[in-house]
Amino acid sequence: MVDLNINGEIRSYDVPDDMPLLWVLRDVAGLVGTKFGCGIAQCGACTVHVDGRPARSCVMSVSAVGNRQIRTIEAIGRDPVGQGVQKAWVDLDVVQCGYCQSGQIMSAVALLNVKREPSDADIDAAMAGNVCRCGTYPRIRAAIKTASKV
Amino acid sequence: MRRLGLTILAIVVVLAAAAAAFFFWPHGLTDVAEARSRLPTGADSVKRGEYLAKAADCAACHSVGSSRPYAGGLPFHLPFGTIYATNITPDRDTGIGQWSDAEFVRAMHHGVGRDGRDLYPAFPYASYALMSTEDALAIKDYLFSLTPVHAEAPPHQLKLPYDQSYLLRAWKLLFVPRQQFNPDPGQSTAQNRGAYLVEALGHCGECHTPRNKLYGLDSGQKFAGAVTAGWKAYNITSDATAGIGAWSDQALADYLSKGFAQGHGAASGSMAEAVEYSLSHLTPEDIKAMVAYLRTVPGHPAPHELAVAPSPRSLNDSTHLTPAPAENDQESLGLEVFQGACASCHGFDGTGVNDPRAALAGSQTVNDPTGVNLLQVLLQGSRFRTDHVEAAMPSFHAYRDVELAAVANYVLAHFGAKSAQISPDQVARARRGQ
Amino acid sequence: MSGPAYIHIPNRISRRSLLGAGLVIGFAAAASRKAHAAGEQPGLGKIQDVTGKGQTGTAFEGFAPGGFVRISPDGRITLIVPNVEMGQGIYTGEAMLIAEELEAGLDQVQVETAPPNEQLYRQPLLKSQTTGGSTSIRGAYGPLRQAGAAARTMIIGAAAQRWRVPATECTASRGVVTHVRTNRTLSYGELALEAGRQPVPQNVPLKDPSQWKLIGTPARRTDSPGKTDGTATFGIDIRVPGMKVAAVAASPVIGGKLVSVDDSAARAIPGVRDVIRIANAVAVTADHYWAARQGLAALRITWDDGPNAGMSSAQLIDDLKGAYGKVKAIVARHDGDVDGAMARAAQRVEAEYELPFLAHATMEPINTTIHVRPDGCDVWVGTQVPTVAQQLVAQATGLPLDKVAVHNQLLGGGFGRRLEADSIQQAAELAKHVSYPVKIIWSREEDIQHDMFRPAYYDRMSAALGSDGLPLAWVDHITGGSITAHYMPQGLPPGEIDPDAVEGAKETPYDFPAVHVDWTRADPPIPFTWWRGVGPTHNVFVVESFVDELAHAAKRDPIDYRKALLGKNPRSRAVLEMAAEKAGWGAPLPPRSGRGVSLHDSFGSHLAIVLQVAVADNGEIKLQRAVAVMDCGLTINPDQVKAQMEGGLNFGLTAALYSDITFRNGRVQQSNFNDYRMLRIHESPAIEVHVIRSTEDPGGVGETATVSAAPALGNALFAATGVRLRRYPFDRGRLASQAMASNARQGTTALASEDR
Repeated sequence: MVDLNINGEIRSYDVPDDMPLLWVLRDVAGLVGTKFGCGIAQCGACTVHVDGRPARSCVMSVSAVGNRQIRTIEAIGRDPVGQGVQKAWVDLDVVQCGYCQSGQIMSAVALLNVKREPSDADIDAAMAGNVCRCGTYPRIRAAIKTASKV
Repeated sequence: MRRLGLTILAIVVVLAAAAAAFFFWPHGLTDVAEARSRLPTGADSVKRGEYLAKAADCAACHSVGSSRPYAGGLPFHLPFGTIYATNITPDRDTGIGQWSDAEFVRAMHHGVGRDGRDLYPAFPYASYALMSTEDALAIKDYLFSLTPVHAEAPPHQLKLPYDQSYLLRAWKLLFVPRQQFNPDPGQSTAQNRGAYLVEALGHCGECHTPRNKLYGLDSGQKFAGAVTAGWKAYNITSDATAGIGAWSDQALADYLSKGFAQGHGAASGSMAEAVEYSLSHLTPEDIKAMVAYLRTVPGHPAPHELAVAPSPRSLNDSTHLTPAPAENDQESLGLEVFQGACASCHGFDGTGVNDPRAALAGSQTVNDPTGVNLLQVLLQGSRFRTDHVEAAMPSFHAYRDVELAAVANYVLAHFGAKSAQISPDQVARARRGQ
Repeated sequence: MSGPAYIHIPNRISRRSLLGAGLVIGFAAAASRKAHAAGEQPGLGKIQDVTGKGQTGTAFEGFAPGGFVRISPDGRITLIVPNVEMGQGIYTGEAMLIAEELEAGLDQVQVETAPPNEQLYRQPLLKSQTTGGSTSIRGAYGPLRQAGAAARTMIIGAAAQRWRVPATECTASRGVVTHVRTNRTLSYGELALEAGRQPVPQNVPLKDPSQWKLIGTPARRTDSPGKTDGTATFGIDIRVPGMKVAAVAASPVIGGKLVSVDDSAARAIPGVRDVIRIANAVAVTADHYWAARQGLAALRITWDDGPNAGMSSAQLIDDLKGAYGKVKAIVARHDGDVDGAMARAAQRVEAEYELPFLAHATMEPINTTIHVRPDGCDVWVGTQVPTVAQQLVAQATGLPLDKVAVHNQLLGGGFGRRLEADSIQQAAELAKHVSYPVKIIWSREEDIQHDMFRPAYYDRMSAALGSDGLPLAWVDHITGGSITAHYMPQGLPPGEIDPDAVEGAKETPYDFPAVHVDWTRADPPIPFTWWRGVGPTHNVFVVESFVDELAHAAKRDPIDYRKALLGKNPRSRAVLEMAAEKAGWGAPLPPRSGRGVSLHDSFGSHLAIVLQVAVADNGEIKLQRAVAVMDCGLTINPDQVKAQMEGGLNFGLTAALYSDITFRNGRVQQSNFNDYRMLRIHESPAIEVHVIRSTEDPGGVGETATVSAAPALGNALFAATGVRLRRYPFDRGRLASQAMASNARQGTTALASEDR
């Protein structure tokens, strides 16, 4: 049994301690907004926040999470930065297929929490790990800048 | 004149005979019944043997991947050819099912096969020679408890004269100890136990001690670090800068038992395998003993350029998501590759993301300006797996030489404050295994 | 109910709400119409009442599914669009077409994709219920407006009847009918039941474009909110009670077979349920995907590699090149005196081009959730071909077609991969062996290595130039496989041309005095299919690169040269000129920087893209800026046209820079994003898009910019370095400056020898 604090709720999950957080979220906790893309931390679709820092849940075992706070896309709208990013994403119609966008948004919120007004270079550094196969990069960049001004 | 000629001839004949005897006289067998009588029997010996087999890391070489443990087949690409690990499951035809106790102990202590042929020292009998006969027999009992696997190891492919295995007798004369490990009464029990684990079973020196021109371990540079099969085994002497003298006991114990230590990074390559197959299975007492012994190894100050940068400014000025602003100002291919392929796990501030093994701050690999292991990790990736941990870095061999050289230089500068000049050509050579 | 009990699914179609709906109106799309010829308006579908009365025998319990509009008495308006949403914005574009005539706001409607039903939802251009080939808007532009107009007419008719006034005195707007004279109002919901009893009108006059409220506006996507808060449901997100999750491994060599599996270690892993063996694959089902993956990794599998065991990329390319000259070419087009022109040419130019195998690598890995029962089957999946999926599952399970329910979901990318239902068929074959619902997920490695690839091509170009440098004759000889043949029950008849193989080559934007285009069919021994941009993605790379070569041979500016060939093509000429102007064509650039252009007419649209690059001394490419000018006729949603230009260009640039599926010992050598690389945000150029205002018929959009990417980049690289690269992914080693060339050459030689 592993205790996890997901979106403010602490619950016990009957899973092996080397199980990646991603599959606990998706297949055990039923939070499917966090996506599986590659399984090797090369695409960012599985990004969640662990104590506010973006983490690739596909390679992060639940034992590595410990009792830290996990936040997923389902709850990112609870704080103003998350809300602002979601709004910018909708206002600029960033999404296409949308599959990577949970991860993009989680990475973007984490960036804005570190740098309120990120430069292009900051956006590159913090977002380059998130692949968008539809190629929505120009709008992702624009939406982060829009959200940073709110 | 004639007498002189005859004398010379006689000397030559005698020498030749002596040489022939030395090189071709059949190896004898030592009676090991007495040691056998001191061993427990049945499951107890098997259990003891299993632990010792792990401590001796037999599986790392005698298995290919995690499939068919001990069935052999792993190739060793050496400067003089390729040899293959043998099948040491108790299969009667292709394994060691027909070996007697004495034959097994002879192999472990003297590097001699069942057929009397001399074995190549990729099999570390120069270290195992220090192993007690009882322990060797316990390992045999364990191996004989395994399910036999029918698997013929491919024949060695060696160049002349290295394929003449009898020549190894001369090498053995020089480099194989003729006595088993003898505790040093001047040292503590733990230090002695540690010495036995490190020198005899763990055969750490086989990688960590540089080899001389005859491919023997250079005892004058014991544990000073060496490159084996493309990977650098670091200096593990007690030197505070070049070695591990500055590591805490806890850090050393963590590194040995878990494959990483906070502030020192993670093991990769053959060291990760050694931890996975061997060290992670040892008791905490044995790990402590190894640490205690390593502390007694005299410091060797080279190579100094590997000194770990304590707290590079580039790290202090970074956040976990963004590099130091100064780095951002210049266009850098290395930074570009890093932010796309690496930062998701390693982050920019050295603390690592997702897994504590990904923390690069303090890692020797990112402080070594030769980039030997760094390029290996980039090209081959890294994998660490035990019952409770699975961590992996994928291979980036598909990235171009130009990119890998750039990211290596970036990583060495950013995480190690080292000004490295790894060239695309060097990456190409590492790719080809040179 | 014998149907599925699928809960936990947002956006689900509740059968009860369907039954309770007052008005359901559907259209048989123009199934019987002839294929859409150039310039011909897609035909209006025959209007059909599909309220379900009296219809039986479907999996939907006596209720025919679908129609395009569904209004329930509680006022909920649902638009059922005939195409699937895979990022191209069709849930928005097609909803706009219906809502425009229905007189509802996009904020008032919910959008769903149509269930499999060839009668109702057959795409008029593709003649099947398929989403692909950039056909959706072109096919739906007429019929969906008709659907909305018919529904509005019936609703107004119901209101008029209730008020006992002439329908002409009533207007509709934003879901409300108003009797203008008395200012009485009724909502669509209030009228739903009565509207369902109205006669279905035929050929309702459509609104004049000047009256449009939605069409032509940059309306927000209807699927954005769900895709930004994690609630959007993709196929992989489906959760069904009692469901297990499976990991699967197919024979690593294409065409190989499963011999035996030792599953003892796998079965010992907690959570592992079953190990399922089929002819060429094995799957492990478990309580969660992690256990399934662990189980799969613990299997000891023996494969029979079969006939492809020795297959390599080198051999595949040799076979392709060998087919040229050996296999008789089929002529796609022969106009004018080609031979004569070649004979009297002032200059002849020849070149050979090569294109690699490509994987699709949709962000959402391939997956299918399926429950096979003795009496029926439910399939939850995101597919571009729902009816094909239904047929394949019926075949694999032996169930009648009407017992197979396909619940189509949002697609996490399609790009042609989900035009194939091989994975759905495999899922059905696996799921037959277990009683519970199972979600089968392909790992990314499985996805890359068992894709149905965009095939490699080998094309030989030649041209005769006159004394003015302009072409007298143009010859394009294509060698490659036939994708279309897989879709023809009897295969492609001998001697017949595959239109896809020559699309973008047979017709170019240019006016050449003499043209010869032919095709040598050479199918590789591996599964292959369409990839975003289909035929044009292959042919336009060759055509546009070669036109650039001709301009260079003629010592003329690439834009001017093209303009000289566009006398009969004013729309292409216009986009080309505008792109050149907006991109600052001709303005000086630093050394080793350059601009490249690509122009094509594909999918009924005209697109010019100018790409500006800088090449470092070591050959590394920096994409700096792209300007796209699109004339796709009348635009439904200009902002989504822009979005497709941005995304489609990045998609194509990924291939041009990185993508190359290679084979060794019958195995795909790439496996995941570490070795099958994706363009990342810092590599994406700044992209500026201009959309021409036009009243011409709508053209296709979704694939056009992908088509432009590789040729624009190749031409820009030539402009920057003087090196013409005739194969992508572009070899950076060859772009290195003289000083660095020797180093780079060593590196690339090492790579090449490993790859082959």
